[in-house]
Amino acid sequence: MKSPGMKTLGILLLCAAAVPLVLPGPFYLSIATQVLVYGLFAVSVNLIAGYCGMVSLGHAAFLGIAGYAFALLTTSTGWPLWAAIPAAVALSVAAGALFGLVALRTSGLSFLMITLALGQIVWGIAFRYVDLTNGENGISMPRFQGLLASGTGLYYLCLAVTAGCLALVTILAGSPLGASMQGVRDQPRRMSTLGYDVWRIRYAAYVLSAGIAGIAGVLYMLLFRFISPHTLSLTVSSEAVLMVIAGGLGTTFGPVVGAALVVLLKNVASAYTDRWPTLLGLIFLFIIVVVPEGLLPGARRLMRTFGSRLATRRGPTPIPASPIKEARP
Amino acid sequence: MFWINGFLNSFAFGAILFLLAVGFSLIFGLMRVANLAHGALFMLGGYIATSAVGLGFAGAVLVAGAACAVFGGILERTLIRRLAGRELAQVLGTLGLAFIIADQCLLVWSGDPIAQPAPEALRGAVGFGGIVFPAYRLALVALALVAFVGIWALVERTTLGARIRAAVDDREMARAMGIPVSRLFTTVFCLGAGLAGIGGALAAPIMSVYPGLDSEMLPLALLVVILGGIGSLTGALAGSLVIGLVYTFGQMLLPDLAYVILFLPMVVVLAVRPQGFFGRQAA
Repeated sequence: MKSPGMKTLGILLLCAAAVPLVLPGPFYLSIATQVLVYGLFAVSVNLIAGYCGMVSLGHAAFLGIAGYAFALLTTSTGWPLWAAIPAAVALSVAAGALFGLVALRTSGLSFLMITLALGQIVWGIAFRYVDLTNGENGISMPRFQGLLASGTGLYYLCLAVTAGCLALVTILAGSPLGASMQGVRDQPRRMSTLGYDVWRIRYAAYVLSAGIAGIAGVLYMLLFRFISPHTLSLTVSSEAVLMVIAGGLGTTFGPVVGAALVVLLKNVASAYTDRWPTLLGLIFLFIIVVVPEGLLPGARRLMRTFGSRLATRRGPTPIPASPIKEARP
Repeated sequence: MFWINGFLNSFAFGAILFLLAVGFSLIFGLMRVANLAHGALFMLGGYIATSAVGLGFAGAVLVAGAACAVFGGILERTLIRRLAGRELAQVLGTLGLAFIIADQCLLVWSGDPIAQPAPEALRGAVGFGGIVFPAYRLALVALALVAFVGIWALVERTTLGARIRAAVDDREMARAMGIPVSRLFTTVFCLGAGLAGIGGALAAPIMSVYPGLDSEMLPLALLVVILGGIGSLTGALAGSLVIGLVYTFGQMLLPDLAYVILFLPMVVVLAVRPQGFFGRQAA
């Protein structure tokens, strides 16, 4: 009963498990862990953007709500980790359930605009509600004990959680619910005519996606032990969308590949320049204009074009229809 | 006194929001492009005006507006057009541009907020029956109303406006009738970008200009358009007024939660009328 996606996941999991043995030091291990955390976040964005065709530009809100909740519950209220973690995730699921009611009144570009506005409203709370969130200075957490204190332990924990969620999303995508999600993405009207409740399918995906983003938010706090309004900013939401598009919208492993790319670029770039936003913008434009179908399929297409040009000296091969699902009005 | 001042501040902020949102709404209505660089153009206009203040305040505002209009035109011709028919790509492209513009502004004008003095003639206050109003804020409201009437006349009373309306209603048919839709797109984009730049330049004396202004204003413009209805001029005015009131009074009464309160009008409107006050079609 193993689908090819699950087999690939198994192989990748084995490779990923070997990563800490190969990496030269804790700095690189931390970057590898970041890839997993942001990868999970990108998986949550891919669930609605890729499988349901609704691009959200406010997903950092869910990452941040869980992160803040986790930090506040453990530091101010003194909850133990085992209680704070599910509470934090539950809070971002609740936020998703609330925001979904508002945002899913529309679809397409309006959905994108509303999620952006909702995300910025949550950012505004983190920034302005200083009594609760400590405003711009953010919240730091003390070092963790036991397994979480070591970089390797944290890496394996993040690997297990991210792989688990990825497996869950992959199984979901192959399930009847996943099939109806993709049906709603491609042909909402027909699905509605066929008797599917389009709204409910979208809502289920949105709330689940908020939950996964919340889990990513908890991992984020375990890794960085610090959160500030920047974590909820439009930049972070956009980076997630960029990861998903770079890896290939609606693909199984695309989000993690995209996350690896963006995290590595960000770390390499920070050594040379502090103009990361400009670079981020340029990468956005490059991917959208040159390889809209994602880097791997896009590179393959460009190679083919280049190869056939050399071989035949004829015109370029036509660009296949872009798999970027256009937002429908 | 508290309430009267609150209302005046709301109207002044609403006036700025209107200048910002009306261009966004027109561009969205005509071209189906959600220009997420609009907030960045607003901030750019503000920064340019602070640098061009040597030309006099009015001169600085005009320079900011013209520079943003030209910049917007170039963006439309080089980038947006290239992605024609791919809505999502256009939106994400403008988002990428917004990051680049904001980051370059930070590079050029540094991270410190830049205050812009109000023009000499409008620095004082105007008294009506014992109540004193800051003149500049009154002038802002008047200017926004002038802009509203001007844009209304342009859209409703000129040939150019008739063509724009035709292109909004049925792009393909307008093309078939010989209307240069493509040139209209560039014109509208220039107009919208220019209005955003003017808005930023006019906002500078009351808000000053600082990094992050763009991402603070953009969601407000989105809210205005969501409330008012996409592509609607009257909707942009009504939406700006509502958001101006809610935001200003929210900050005066509940400063911690001013952003949360913005949620309320959006929830109400989306629940009752997803297409906005004056929107013609479901968004």
